[in-house]
Amino acid sequence: MTGPSSPHSYYRHSLPVRIMHWINFLALAILLMSGLQIFNAYPVLNWGRSSYSDTPPLLVLAHGFPSWITLPGGRWLAMGRRWHLFFAWIFVINGLAYVIYAIASRHLHRDLTPTRNDWRSIGHSVSDHLRLRHPTGAAARRYNVLQKLTYLFVIFGLLPFVVLMGWALSPRLDAAIPGWVDLFGGRQSARTLHFIAAWALVAFLLVHVFEVLVSGVYNNLRSMITGRYVVDKEHADQRR
Amino acid sequence: MSWTRSTQINAADHSRRNFVLRMLAATGTVLLAGCDAASRSSWLPKVLGVAEDASRGAQRLASPRRAMAQEFTLADLSPQFRSNGTANPDDSHYQALAARQFVDWRLKVDGLVQHPLQLSLQELRAMPKRAQITRHDCVEGWSAIGQWTGVPLSTILRMAGARPEARYVVFHCADPMDEAGTRYYESIDFDDAFHPQTILAYELNGRVLPIANGAPLRVRIERQLGYKMAKYIMRIELVASLAHIGAGNGGYWEDQGYEWYAGI
Repeated sequence: MTGPSSPHSYYRHSLPVRIMHWINFLALAILLMSGLQIFNAYPVLNWGRSSYSDTPPLLVLAHGFPSWITLPGGRWLAMGRRWHLFFAWIFVINGLAYVIYAIASRHLHRDLTPTRNDWRSIGHSVSDHLRLRHPTGAAARRYNVLQKLTYLFVIFGLLPFVVLMGWALSPRLDAAIPGWVDLFGGRQSARTLHFIAAWALVAFLLVHVFEVLVSGVYNNLRSMITGRYVVDKEHADQRR
Repeated sequence: MSWTRSTQINAADHSRRNFVLRMLAATGTVLLAGCDAASRSSWLPKVLGVAEDASRGAQRLASPRRAMAQEFTLADLSPQFRSNGTANPDDSHYQALAARQFVDWRLKVDGLVQHPLQLSLQELRAMPKRAQITRHDCVEGWSAIGQWTGVPLSTILRMAGARPEARYVVFHCADPMDEAGTRYYESIDFDDAFHPQTILAYELNGRVLPIANGAPLRVRIERQLGYKMAKYIMRIELVASLAHIGAGNGGYWEDQGYEWYAGI
């Protein structure tokens, strides 16, 4: 294995990012599974302000989600809510800490903001992704443009949105500015959007894990645990 | 720029990948079993319960004490207001009251009050009323919109006069919830008790409150979830502490593990 002083390995993820990444993963996993437990108490999705109107439901899952994917395993709404609302706090605090850190440490600017070159290489990056080609050598040290845009969309779009739609389900927070929930179609629409956003995050996770697998699972996992990332030696040599 | 094809990943990386995946699956299974076991422990619900205090504090910061719940129009009314939980209390005393349209029913107001009260439905109807079209959010996830008419709880509490040590309002109800005959009970603090939209409703959608929705009287607490809004109210008691109410958590569902503060 390449040692820490090797020219071909470098320090990719800082300790705070690694810690916050795994806290985020744990919190989202628990939020998803406890969320499905809560969903099962009313396994229907409606659009609009209420569930009982002239509008038919968008989705009815007669038996709800199976117990192997819910937390706790059996039907237990009270405990599902406790898990969900506790880890919602963990998730929000961790997310805020990450954003503050990413700005203050310039991680956001340095690693996640697309450069002018990135924008020009977008077409190239799409075709590389479709052909499962991955950068090696110096190019592997940076995130590619699709990767950057996806991370930015998830961090500043999807994750805040899922939180906002969670808040929309709170009758007390709805009263903070009466009517704000109507911007999203009403409370039952917000519940549906909360559900859709959660599955969009699952879709992101699947693509994320897929990319990790096809671009070197061991190297990627190690870099998110120890920080060390090894750049392909052979190809790195070719560049010289 | 140089590239390598993912299909050229060598055998070592392949077996590493399988190993990592198997480790993840095993870890996941163990964690899940652990979560389920922890859910049944006595300590975990208490740890997770920290979030209830955090949510209550944050929500009170985020919205003023007097913030009003959204009100709707007649066009938003749910065609039929869903009845949940008890639909018709299995209790002979209640059934006798219902048989005579609750003319013999009296709302008792007692506990830490200066003037204990006994109010008939007729007396309540003669008091200044408030009507509001609001959304009812059940802890299960559904919402229904109804028009409620009733007496503000604050009116009754001012008539009775809370003693200085009183901190909570407890609702004692007629509906038996289990074999042992435990009757429904709920409680709120004075922030919600004196909120203008907190009313003791005797009408739904302009008609006498149906038994399925809590006749003769139910409370509306519009900034919390449905289980806080006790139906079939018989008695209102002011207390200094919830320790002696049921198992001490302040309500029937609270004693089954639900949050006392149901603002989310």
